[in-house]
Amino acid sequence: MAAPAAPMDQAGPRRTSPLGFIAKGLQGLQRAILPMVAVAFGMRDESFGLLAALGLGLVIAAFAVGVRYLHWLRLTYTVGETDIRVESGLLSRAARSVPFERIQDVSLEQSLIPRLLGLVEVRFETGAGGKDELKLAYLTAAEGEELREVIRARKDGVELAARAETQASDEDAAEPAATRLYEMDTRRLVTFGLFEFSLAVVAVIGGALQQFGDFMPFNIWNVNEWQENFAGPFAWLMGMGPSVQAIGVVLALISLAVVGFGTGLVRTVLRDWGFTLDRTEKGFRRRRGLLTRTDVVMPAHRVQAVRINTGIIRKRFGWHGLSFVSLAQDSGASNHIVAPFAQMEELEPIVRSACFDTPPEDAGWQRGAVNYRLDKALLAAGVLVPASVITTVIAGPLLGILPIAGAAFIAMREAFLWRFERHCLTGRQLFIGSGWLAPELSIASRIKLQSVEISQNFIGRRRNYSTLQLGLAGGKMALRGIAPQRAYELRDAILASIAEKDFSELAG
Amino acid sequence: MNEDPDKCVAETSDEAAQTAARDGLTELHPNHVKILRIQAFMFAAPFVLGSLVLETARLMPTGVFILPVLLAALFLIIRVPLRRHHARGYAMSDDRLRVVRGLLFRSDTVVPFGRVQHIDVNQGPLERFYNLATLTLHTAGSHNASVHLPGILNQDALAMREIIRSHIKRETL
Repeated sequence: MAAPAAPMDQAGPRRTSPLGFIAKGLQGLQRAILPMVAVAFGMRDESFGLLAALGLGLVIAAFAVGVRYLHWLRLTYTVGETDIRVESGLLSRAARSVPFERIQDVSLEQSLIPRLLGLVEVRFETGAGGKDELKLAYLTAAEGEELREVIRARKDGVELAARAETQASDEDAAEPAATRLYEMDTRRLVTFGLFEFSLAVVAVIGGALQQFGDFMPFNIWNVNEWQENFAGPFAWLMGMGPSVQAIGVVLALISLAVVGFGTGLVRTVLRDWGFTLDRTEKGFRRRRGLLTRTDVVMPAHRVQAVRINTGIIRKRFGWHGLSFVSLAQDSGASNHIVAPFAQMEELEPIVRSACFDTPPEDAGWQRGAVNYRLDKALLAAGVLVPASVITTVIAGPLLGILPIAGAAFIAMREAFLWRFERHCLTGRQLFIGSGWLAPELSIASRIKLQSVEISQNFIGRRRNYSTLQLGLAGGKMALRGIAPQRAYELRDAILASIAEKDFSELAG
Repeated sequence: MNEDPDKCVAETSDEAAQTAARDGLTELHPNHVKILRIQAFMFAAPFVLGSLVLETARLMPTGVFILPVLLAALFLIIRVPLRRHHARGYAMSDDRLRVVRGLLFRSDTVVPFGRVQHIDVNQGPLERFYNLATLTLHTAGSHNASVHLPGILNQDALAMREIIRSHIKRETL
């Protein structure tokens, strides 16, 4: 550390933690493992094959650490009065300045190796989003926490009076009094994991076998070879008859189910282990993760809209997920998941503490235009019915039924959507319920919308329906297939709300 | 396929919506039609040339290629830009800008000045020749992140920019 004792807000450039380049070097070594394996495999017949592999690994690691060291030497950051500046670069120099008021959020992220070394990566999220974001890798956990506190305080225009004392190495101590809004115990986590059933791993294994099939002792895609294999040791199985083979199929299905549930469970546990959501004076603080632990704080006033979603099956058990739409991004996704798996009555306090309301009992829900759903069903039928005729002619009536069934399914879906998709405008908020089997409820604050557009295509103009597109910072929101009169009504009401407050007042 | 906005429409509610859509809109500058025509001409020219080449190859009786292409090109250059021009319009009140556009896919967008992040005034070479400009308002929303208003006089665009800027309390960026 350049100046370990100096407080963060003192002027002058600072370096990131010296342990950082070791962590990055080690991560480089992770990447070196694959070439090492390749060399070891390619030279497996030579006596010095393993030695060559180790040597290569060492060279790569040394090179990685060396380059990281030079980078570390040349990277400095300065916390100024109005902005944070980062200067970096070996041959070409880059200087970036981000004004505090443009910073939406500061998040700390720890992956495995930095976590072992007690380091954090500090990310500064701005409206720009994506790859243009500023990040500092790596700072010690205490420094990262301090930097976050300093920037928050600067942003809020709060003087940094007694902050220095409260900052401690313990990651929990830095944050003042917090109320726990939501947490997942192991039991809940496991239940959640079971609902996250996923067969993605089967596809991954299949793909890997395709890729690395050459490493296998036999070609798994070759049926003849399989039969030869079975002909030897497994000949007894072939001779057992159809009943045993049926049992085999059942066992295969069971193992597939086990793999599916297992994958969902493992993924969920890795991602959401120790999930906690706290309401602090600065906003919502979410911590989760087993190997990669993330710690994100979202200021409450940055929450633009909230979404409550569910799944086809979990809906039957009353499980819902809650996420916030905010200007800042959450590892690629635009929604911040704040409670992935909870009952409605648990979600309500969280929604309320973000200054949103759940729909009132006597909400004046409105449906969309019948014509819109009718046209969608007719359009689908217009394509699928001729398709059915063609299929019947070519492949016989049995396959010809399939497109008709598809058209019937779509018609049913549209009827259902007309019946259950609805929206409602209250004095402060706009509620949009969408979806069929797994419905989603979006709640937007009227004054936090950015623009309102009414669009109509040529069919909609004749058949009298339109789409209301709402400009929402950090997310999308649209109300499709509503009558134009209703769209104009909604727009006038929403625009009147927007005009009440300037954008800068929203942020403050 | 699509009717003129001022044409009589069967359904009364639709008619009401249409009049609401046209209500108090300012038309774009007449020179905007010329720009649209030049753009349409540049789009159609390669097709006309191509059909001329096919015509000289004498694969089919005279006029099979050139006549339909020429008719389509004339329609595209003379009729379509005029209708597109008439479909567009804007209305600026004291706290919002409304931009209407589109023939087949009609859109009617309102941007409140209080939500504008920053403002561009752009001029392409054609626009410079006709002394026109495109005003672009940027918002923080993911949808309608930038709303374009083409075909207004350059000095009008600059004046509008000043008015909108004066409404933004804290200039962003």
